[in-house]
Amino acid sequence: MAFGALYFILVFLGLGAGSYYFIEEVLKKEPFELINKFMLYYFVFDLVFRFFMQKTPVMNIRPLLYINIKKDTIVNYTLGKSALSFFNIMHLFFFIPFVVVLCIEDFSVLGVMTWLLGMLATVLIINFLNILIDKKDVVFYSVAVIFMALGALQYFNLFDATNYTVYYFKGLYDYPWMVIIALAVLFVVYRIVHNFFKGNLYLDAGLSTQHDIAKSQHFNWLDQFGTLGAFLKNDIRLITRNKRAKSVILMSFLFLFYGLLFITGAIEAYKNPVWKIFGGIFVTGGFMFSFGQFVPSWDSSYYNLMMSQNIPYRDYLSSKWWLMVIVTLIAAILASFYIYFGWEVYLLVLAAAVYNIGINAHIVLLAGAFTRTPIDLMSNKNAFGDKKAFNFKTLLLIIPQILIPLALYYLGIAFFNDLIGLLFVALAGVAGFALKGFVFDKIEHIYKTQKYETISAYKQKN
Amino acid sequence: MKRFQHINKKTNLLPISFTHNHIIMIQVKNLSKSYNGTTVLNINELEIPKGQSFGLVGNNGAGKTTFFSLLLDLIQPSTGMITSNSIQINLSEKWKPFTSAFIDESFLIGYLTPEEYFYFIGELRGWNKADVDSFLVKYEDFFNGEILKNKKYLRDLSKGNSKKVGIVAALIGEPEVVILDEPFANLDPTTQIRLKKIIKELADDPTVTILVSSHDLQHTVEVSNRIVALQKGEVVLDLVPSSETLKELEAFFAA
Repeated sequence: MAFGALYFILVFLGLGAGSYYFIEEVLKKEPFELINKFMLYYFVFDLVFRFFMQKTPVMNIRPLLYINIKKDTIVNYTLGKSALSFFNIMHLFFFIPFVVVLCIEDFSVLGVMTWLLGMLATVLIINFLNILIDKKDVVFYSVAVIFMALGALQYFNLFDATNYTVYYFKGLYDYPWMVIIALAVLFVVYRIVHNFFKGNLYLDAGLSTQHDIAKSQHFNWLDQFGTLGAFLKNDIRLITRNKRAKSVILMSFLFLFYGLLFITGAIEAYKNPVWKIFGGIFVTGGFMFSFGQFVPSWDSSYYNLMMSQNIPYRDYLSSKWWLMVIVTLIAAILASFYIYFGWEVYLLVLAAAVYNIGINAHIVLLAGAFTRTPIDLMSNKNAFGDKKAFNFKTLLLIIPQILIPLALYYLGIAFFNDLIGLLFVALAGVAGFALKGFVFDKIEHIYKTQKYETISAYKQKN
Repeated sequence: MKRFQHINKKTNLLPISFTHNHIIMIQVKNLSKSYNGTTVLNINELEIPKGQSFGLVGNNGAGKTTFFSLLLDLIQPSTGMITSNSIQINLSEKWKPFTSAFIDESFLIGYLTPEEYFYFIGELRGWNKADVDSFLVKYEDFFNGEILKNKKYLRDLSKGNSKKVGIVAALIGEPEVVILDEPFANLDPTTQIRLKKIIKELADDPTVTILVSSHDLQHTVEVSNRIVALQKGEVVLDLVPSSETLKELEAFFAA
């Protein structure tokens, strides 16, 4: 997911540099006002994102405990380290270009600087809040529900919370002294987190891994599928019981709305019809890309078992395939809200879904054979910046995943019309589906020849 | 030192007691494994008859786990081969249905409860839930109430308890070859005694070939009817346990 990090950096840079002019030119609104209005949601979304993706630093403290270091130092070090996380740095890519634009547009430099300082302080506040609420699902979900309710109220013009928060965010510019408030809040939050950690700096308190109360789930209805069912059961448990895997659900859900960027024409570059199929691929393919690209890495921590137990490789692979297909189908059903934008939009989503099932599911499994990054299921540490995950072979495989449907669709439009273009894309999917047996033979062969390398790569944790 | 029944390295003659009566289950020929020129395992010839309880002892780095990993096709031999029931391990997968193993925690699925894990292994080996349930009843003592219905995932179990799960899971589905690496480590004394009983029962079954490695000489002597010592990847001792065996082994490792 170094790719992911790069993507976010680019998006944030683009937003930072472009949003001012976009709001001014396209939306015809006062940009700084609007940005300040939406800062509330920006930070709420940031919190949600972190909750799923960011790993808290707690466990790393353990080896420091019995060394002659003051507890204050340990806590400050750990919290300081968390401040340098990519999840914080990421925001610089938005705020710094944005601030530069503000300066170019003749905003008061002092005000802009205090505003920036205030924003960065808020980013850190969110960072520490996330550490505090980590593992406390109740806190998180109540916060999430409150803000979803606020969002809904705003949507229906009943109550607009941003009308109030805008005073705070804009105030950081209008009244530079207000930055003291932000810094004071940061200081207070830091002290709270600091004291919380210091008080819990024992192996059996804050540092101990919290044991989830486990409940056996048997999914008996899957028994009728034999060995395939046994694997599917484990995959469902894998996704629902591991933090890292859970983030896959969030990603898949977010991708469901990715098409909106293209269809509503919110972004200028996406207005080209060919790019719509790009969006369409991601609407139903989110799960396939985020989960599938790490098959078999999800099973890395018990790969020796999988390789020595009585498991035919084909069953193992086809269970992963079925899982991706089922989720893609569910996504295709959930995506039916695109009908709102016209039935041809939904048709595009469906054609892309057929392509995903027929072609991309195979490619993703193939790519997995070359991705030998062990996944530590317990943490989210490597959600970004898995260097090994990004290699040339996997990069090459992106071409058929995304470029071929674009090309097919383009050909269809160029020579006939967009419906024929969609037909081309869907037919490619059907063809891929028909070749499943053949493709599986090949994938199985590659997996087998990579077996020893994969086993030894998974042994080397970190 | 003369009293040890050393293998005659030149002719590779095995002690007589192993060679008559039984069918050979596991056969090792010219097996070696080296990493970057360093040989970590080198076994010229080794035959394990069906039904034998085979104990493997040796210091750290002697090659015990390497040997077991080769037996399970988790690593590739540098030279030579192993066959199990006449199936060459690194060429065919047909040994999998009758072989099971517990080597380390990489044989456990952390996010499952023990029950789910047992059922999963059962399904892989053709047992339904009822089969697994009636099988698990036999191990209630061994589990000591700390495994089943404890609302814990395997990843949250203590080392000893997860070991219990791994060992019992390796016995699911009537395997003919059972491989246990260091099964006694991390177990409390009571559980060690119960495990010895379990392994002895398996050893009495003429259809089950069981391979156990250990640092603990006494345990190995008690549960095995043949003991092989590895040192720096080579077989240095190969003997049938008798009342003197423990002393002999201790003398050997003290030297």
